Amino acid sequence: MSRSIVINPPGRLAIPEWHELWEAREVFWSFGVRDLKLRYRQTALGVVWVVLQPLLSAGIFSIVFGKIANLPSDGVPYFVFSFAGMLAWSLFSGIVGRAGPSLVSNQALVSKVFFPRVLVPLSVVLSVMVDFLVAGALMVGLLVAFGIWPGWPLLLLPLWILLVVLLASGIGLAASALMVTYRDIQYVIPFALQTLLYASPLAYSLSAVGSSVRWLFDINPLTWLLEGFRWSLLGLSAPAAWQVVAAVVTSLAVFALGLLVFSKMERGFADVI
Amino acid sequence: MTETSAIQVRGLSKHYRIALSDDAPSTAAEAALRRIRHPFQRTEYERFTALDGLDFDIAPGSAVGILGRNGAGKSTLLKILTRVSAPSEGQVRLAGRIGSLLEIGTGFHPELTGRENVFLNGTLLGMHRAEIQRRFDEIVDFSGVEKFLDTPVKRYSSGMYVRLAFAVAAHLDTEILAIDEVLAVGDAEFQAKCIDRMRRAADEGRTVLYVSHQVQTVSALCTSALYLENGRLIMQGSVDDAIELYQTSRDKVHLAQTDIDRRPGSGELRITSATISSPLYRTTEPRTIEFVVGSNPDFIGKYFVSCHVNDRHGTTLLQCDSRVTGLWLDADQDQKVALTISSPWLKPGEYSIDLFVCNAGVLDSFEGAARFEIHPVLPYPQAISGEGLENGLVLADFEYVRQ
Repeated sequence: MSRSIVINPPGRLAIPEWHELWEAREVFWSFGVRDLKLRYRQTALGVVWVVLQPLLSAGIFSIVFGKIANLPSDGVPYFVFSFAGMLAWSLFSGIVGRAGPSLVSNQALVSKVFFPRVLVPLSVVLSVMVDFLVAGALMVGLLVAFGIWPGWPLLLLPLWILLVVLLASGIGLAASALMVTYRDIQYVIPFALQTLLYASPLAYSLSAVGSSVRWLFDINPLTWLLEGFRWSLLGLSAPAAWQVVAAVVTSLAVFALGLLVFSKMERGFADVI
Repeated sequence: MTETSAIQVRGLSKHYRIALSDDAPSTAAEAALRRIRHPFQRTEYERFTALDGLDFDIAPGSAVGILGRNGAGKSTLLKILTRVSAPSEGQVRLAGRIGSLLEIGTGFHPELTGRENVFLNGTLLGMHRAEIQRRFDEIVDFSGVEKFLDTPVKRYSSGMYVRLAFAVAAHLDTEILAIDEVLAVGDAEFQAKCIDRMRRAADEGRTVLYVSHQVQTVSALCTSALYLENGRLIMQGSVDDAIELYQTSRDKVHLAQTDIDRRPGSGELRITSATISSPLYRTTEPRTIEFVVGSNPDFIGKYFVSCHVNDRHGTTLLQCDSRVTGLWLDADQDQKVALTISSPWLKPGEYSIDLFVCNAGVLDSFEGAARFEIHPVLPYPQAISGEGLENGLVLADFEYVRQ
């Protein structure tokens, strides 16, 4: 006889069941693969969309901010500069924006079948990562074309990617869990993302920010991560050491917190969704 | 846990909170606003008990049917056993994995092909990819949709959809299999195939739980049964007993409205009217029911009457047979009879009365002939509530004396 399962009423503090998560790792893949297939099937342009989106955004940003507003881009062609920002941003906003509504849109599953629910919001990371890799390949092409070589900071790129994923997943987990009870979260997320898009130095350089509002940028974790990204990709100036430390601590903390909020609410999902 | 049970349930309860006057916040903004306006006021909730202190054991390899009327808690029980929803109290122990077949085809995505859905659904139900791969041909063969494997399931007919979904679930290798009302769909041939498949699962030593309203499939498939009513386990035992309980409970509701000739019994004599002296009694008050048995000049011999008093769970608490009082009646004229029950004291709550007319066999069975309620004021000198009164079916007239 295999391992027996004990079901108890939910406790006060819920921590995820690692064993169960590992058991269900294939569900994670299945979800991710499903998302990918669904996205590229029946769309005439398929993968082209993934490439086109950041290209267009970066193009518009370089026209608006680079040409019209004439903002500095720290000596890098404006297009490459904003594309690097877009790369990090689409990773962040992709995860938050898709993880958020994931539980509500999989309502039938959540109320009928048991599996670790945390896999639903987390599995979006998979398909967002694929988009990221496609856009990343384009980034490499741009770097080569413009002859930019960032040097050894490039080795730190995986760290920045990991931190962005952790930060975004933490927010996405909490948002998806809260959305089960409070549906207005679904209107809050796009609005918050749009606000953040302009409030973070991704389409413009931090050097263009006036000193009076500079503190607002300094407390934004995305600023730290974007600076890290550009440092590793474009060889621009490194972020301050405290920012690196703060980025690591914040990302880990947000992820852990999101996971706790999710686990706490998880067992009630089927009753309220 | 005892090694012999596949499922062990102890004191299992599930409560839902229902907000009064439907003002529960459903948006975060509303919730926050309310917290600011009334920082100390808590939303008032009414507690609805869907399952109430269930205790039972299920032996491995048995096929157990779960019967009960709508709202009896069957689906809630299954949801807790399959871990979709969490219990409020109590504990469940499962010996091994549990696979569920709650509402067929959940997890199927309309845009994906049949093949892709088999893999997706299989992993969701807890199978491993390699396992699905190994049994893929078997699954497809069972479903009979091999021609359309690479067609998105949104183009499937509903029959094909269900067959494929059931085929996946039927090949689950979990130790326990929970099924909720899936056989309501599909043609007769496919249904027979499903029942056969589930019976084989039980024969292989797996435990099958089956919830259904279809009495025939329960009796075809199950070896024992649970009967639930109002969230309580009324009985665990043979399928026939459970089905009988289920059917009488259903009849109780219907019979009060249906005409006299459709009641069970030979019909040679019928109760033509029944009235209770009051709809509400105090605990100690005598209850009187008057009823009339119609005449039948063709009826030879004498007959007797009987009355059952049942509590709201359908348990028969009292049986008042006229034979024990020496009352036998003649059928040559209408007989008006008054029955007065003075003891025991009944607990506060709702009761129903069944009346029977019998001689050698049952002539008329008038279930749900009347209803009454017992007032919640208790006959004892001291007011107490809760566990001081919970045990015991009726209240006793008792006294303690120190010696």
